[in-house]
Amino acid sequence: MTDIKKRIAISKFWNNSFWVAGLLSTFAGLVLLFALFTDLFLDGAPRISYKFFTSFPSRFPEEAGILSAWIGTTLVMLVTAMAAIPLGIAAGIYLEEYARKNWITNIIEINITNLAGVPSIIYGLLALGLFVYFFEFGESILTGGLALALLILPMVIMATREAIRAIPNSIREASFALGATKWQTIKDHIIPYSTGGILTGIIIGLSRAIGETAPIITVGALTFIAFLPTSPVSAEFPFVSFKWLFDPFTVMPIQMFNWVSRPQKEFHINAAAAGIELLAMTLLMIGIAIYIRYNFRKKIKW
Amino acid sequence: MVEQTLKAEAKNLNFYYGDVHALKNINIPIKRRKVTALIGPSGCGKTTFLRCFNRMHDLYPHNRYEGEITLYPDNVNIISRDVDPIEIRMWISMVFQKPNPFPKSIYENVAYGPRVRGIKKKQIIDERVEKSLRGAALWDEVKDRLHNLAFDLSGGQQQRLCIARSLATEPRILLFDEPTSALDPTATSKIEELIVELKNEVTILIVTHNMQQAARVSDDTAFMYLGELVEFDRTDKIFTNPSNGLTEEYITGRFG
Ligand SMILES: Nc1ncnc2c1ncn2[C@@H]1O[C@H](COP(=O)(O)OP(=O)(O)O)[C@@H](O)[C@H]1O
Ligand SMILES: [Mg+2]
Repeated sequence: MTDIKKRIAISKFWNNSFWVAGLLSTFAGLVLLFALFTDLFLDGAPRISYKFFTSFPSRFPEEAGILSAWIGTTLVMLVTAMAAIPLGIAAGIYLEEYARKNWITNIIEINITNLAGVPSIIYGLLALGLFVYFFEFGESILTGGLALALLILPMVIMATREAIRAIPNSIREASFALGATKWQTIKDHIIPYSTGGILTGIIIGLSRAIGETAPIITVGALTFIAFLPTSPVSAEFPFVSFKWLFDPFTVMPIQMFNWVSRPQKEFHINAAAAGIELLAMTLLMIGIAIYIRYNFRKKIKW
Repeated sequence: MVEQTLKAEAKNLNFYYGDVHALKNINIPIKRRKVTALIGPSGCGKTTFLRCFNRMHDLYPHNRYEGEITLYPDNVNIISRDVDPIEIRMWISMVFQKPNPFPKSIYENVAYGPRVRGIKKKQIIDERVEKSLRGAALWDEVKDRLHNLAFDLSGGQQQRLCIARSLATEPRILLFDEPTSALDPTATSKIEELIVELKNEVTILIVTHNMQQAARVSDDTAFMYLGELVEFDRTDKIFTNPSNGLTEEYITGRFG
């Protein structure tokens, strides 16, 4: 009797110890994160103003702004999303639902998993060779966006596959048994039910892409740029233009890096302010994805 | 003519999962608007046989059919390679062992079959949904919450929803694979009543490991063992005076 009590007491002790250790670790992380954010905010917040968003970079820190950088980041992310999302989802669906399981698909699978771990600068080099020199897209928004798309493609593919694999086979059989074709089953069931998981993968991918510097510098983004890409919409026919895809650009992390590497303290403050901006853009992106996911979940509970 | 009372007939049916010879020379007639029960110990091939009727085996590689399942009055060989499995599934629907509603609303579950058949008019789909839910004895329980999620229903209700979902495709044959094995006794007897009710409109083929259930709901019974058909006869005959010793042993509970 006492023996059992003692045993339970020991188990409980370990249980509680682990609870405390877990709590402390969580707090350590939170506190560190909080300290980083506070520091960034205290440094950068006073610098944030309307003018900061609407000014080009300048030799004078108090006149410099992030106009070209945030527009560049937005457009590059647009290209990245437009390329990586449909390609990644299609590839994931193909591998899960269509491809026969054999050694070829096994090799493809292993390679995709490994691609997710390749250093980002390698993707930059690949993009330089492929998009800049071979396809001659130039050192452009298109090239930058596609380089980042390559980088996050494995993540989107893997997230899609995981999400699809979570759907029980009985759901597929139910659909087929009602006379649905493979495509109807995929479009009416597989895609809607895996949207939550796919979106999570897309968020993780895009959040990583938005902060990437190495591949963007490798493909030749400018560090100092005082003009904007061609506007995608215009007053004259045909009203939309894709010329911006081939314009030179810079992105937020490059702008930040540029400022941090200057000796003047005022530029460092600019960098902190741009950092807040970059965080806000990331949060906005995550927010949109969470909103979409929430709306899906309302209709479909998984 | 014999064919007029028959809805389908398996003739010398063989089935292979790769090298596994799962069905051996099965001959079973399926009577129109009757319930035919398949009984036999676990692993004897009941599910395999049932899934031949709507070509579910075509979904997986290395599966092979031999022989014939003729569908009357069209005289189509269901398992022929020249017949599109999608077309077969348009006519022959299936209710599975575990309720498997889609993670959508009750309404959308039932509406899916008609939608797959290209029906778009809301009014027609509304009518089909109501008719099918009534047919599955579920309408009164769900009519005020058609747009709630199907997962919010109880297990028995979910299975009746799956029956309604199949009925909405207006099938010629309805297949049931142990439809009550995951349900409690009350839900089970509701489904049994429903099956007896449904045979006025549709031909039914049901797999069950519950012999009382076979006796209660079916008109004909086939007893299978190790991939072979041991005995096929009218249900009352099988359960009171089987001609095969093996059948007798099985129904009296001496093995299986
Ligand atoms: N996918 C499969 N691949 C290989 N063998 C299978 C497969 N499914 C079932 N079998 C085998 O076929 C036989 C019949 O199975 P099944 O039709 O499920 O039996 P029952 O429904 O009567 O319990 C069993 O021996 C089983 O092991
Ligand atoms: Mg079975």
